Amino acid sequence: MITLDNVHKAFGTNHVLRGVNLHVAKGTSMVIIGGSGTGKSVAIKSVLGLVSPDAGTITVDGTDVTQTDRDAFLARFGMLFQGAALFDSLPVWQNVAFRLLRGSLAKPRDEARDIAIEKLRRVGLTPDVADRLPAELSGGMQKRVGLARAIAADPEIIFFDEPTTGLDPIMAGVINDLIREIVHEMGATTMTITHDMSSVRTIADHVAMLHAGKIRWTGPVSEMDSAGDPYLDQFIHGRATGPIEAVR
Amino acid sequence: MRILAAIGHLVLGMLAAIGRVSLFGIATLRHALTPPFYPREFGLALLNIGWLSLPVVGLTAIFTGGALALQIYAGGARFNAEAVVPQIVAIGMVRELGPVLVGLMIAARVTSSIAAEIATMKVTEQIDALVTLSTHPMKYLTAPRVVAATLVVPLLVGVGDIIGIFGGYAVATGTLGFNAAAYIQNTVDFLQLRDITSSLAKGAVFGCIAALMGCYFGMNSGRGAQGVGRATKGSVEAAAVLILAANFVLTGVFFSL
Repeated sequence: MITLDNVHKAFGTNHVLRGVNLHVAKGTSMVIIGGSGTGKSVAIKSVLGLVSPDAGTITVDGTDVTQTDRDAFLARFGMLFQGAALFDSLPVWQNVAFRLLRGSLAKPRDEARDIAIEKLRRVGLTPDVADRLPAELSGGMQKRVGLARAIAADPEIIFFDEPTTGLDPIMAGVINDLIREIVHEMGATTMTITHDMSSVRTIADHVAMLHAGKIRWTGPVSEMDSAGDPYLDQFIHGRATGPIEAVR
Repeated sequence: MRILAAIGHLVLGMLAAIGRVSLFGIATLRHALTPPFYPREFGLALLNIGWLSLPVVGLTAIFTGGALALQIYAGGARFNAEAVVPQIVAIGMVRELGPVLVGLMIAARVTSSIAAEIATMKVTEQIDALVTLSTHPMKYLTAPRVVAATLVVPLLVGVGDIIGIFGGYAVATGTLGFNAAAYIQNTVDFLQLRDITSSLAKGAVFGCIAALMGCYFGMNSGRGAQGVGRATKGSVEAAAVLILAANFVLTGVFFSL
């Protein structure tokens, strides 16, 4: 469904992506792992058009993402950002229903609010949260609101950028379980980037490791531990010594 | 040679910046004229830039008008021209001090606020989130603010002009012994339509500059708290300098031709 073919991206002299090849099949959950600064976010943002690759092609359902109608293309996506990226000036329900209040997916205001409250309930938040401002919520609640916003329009494809960063282990587990349940329910295709190995084991069908601007290893999550790749092995066990330099 | 190279580098940098701001302004205009439109954002911008700026504009204008009356009276007394206080207060406020002070107050209050808000949105990925939600940031954030400021700042300038003249009137009639009815009559008789239209036109241009600079610096901010701080500081500096430069040009256009 989503294919990255020899994607390159540099910021000045910093070559972040050096020929990324990756395929995510429809209805599967792909988790991209890798050290900080290895270009995981850049790869995911390249698919959405938030970053323009210098070379290579990215296709979704065989169509080059640069050749599609932008609104129709983005309407197929949902995204949970690392810091939730909620709009400070809008109450929670308007954040969740943002896409449903304007543009091609616009619905009547009452209907949009009802959908927002239903999605909030789905991520374990009570309706009284709906009229609060994002700044009044804890980090975990903000992440859940971000998740509710990502699924509000029932997208076909959902991206999760570091979904558990900054959360305590219990809340991280709650978010991981929620993502897994929701993705199963919706049958969505997902790409997740994370450093959190418990997220990987909960969320992933397939795993790809990004290192030095390329996909170092990719395969089913069940084969990750026995893959025998020293880079992957060092990363998943969090060893300070190994082929990946600890000081980068 | 090094000095020449440095000067050349500076000039090229300035020209590039002017080019970037011009392209940003053209893009803003294009997004302001083509749908989708965001009336809620426009309404909020009108409220924030217009209504909520009234106290600071009013206070600035009344004190400036009062001080102007005192200065003109004291200066005029040196050559027996104290009687020109109403005329000079009116012309000074309407032609120059009203638009410029309101413009600078808007730069301080609104430009900084817009730049800090948008820069923070950029740093916290809210701008990226807008894009993923099929909403163009220029349409949603920039166009409503720039259009609202262009429309509402002339009204603020008009209010500032009136309050400034009232400040002069209050001082002149309260402490300098001017006759109230004569003061008002002199003010009304002396002002010309061109004075008022120039004042409002300056307000529109200054409002546009103030909002555009806030949006431009916010959208192009660097990372982190330092990036937000630099964007805010840069936006106010640029807006203030451009407002004063535009005032000089517009004064020439309206009164030298």
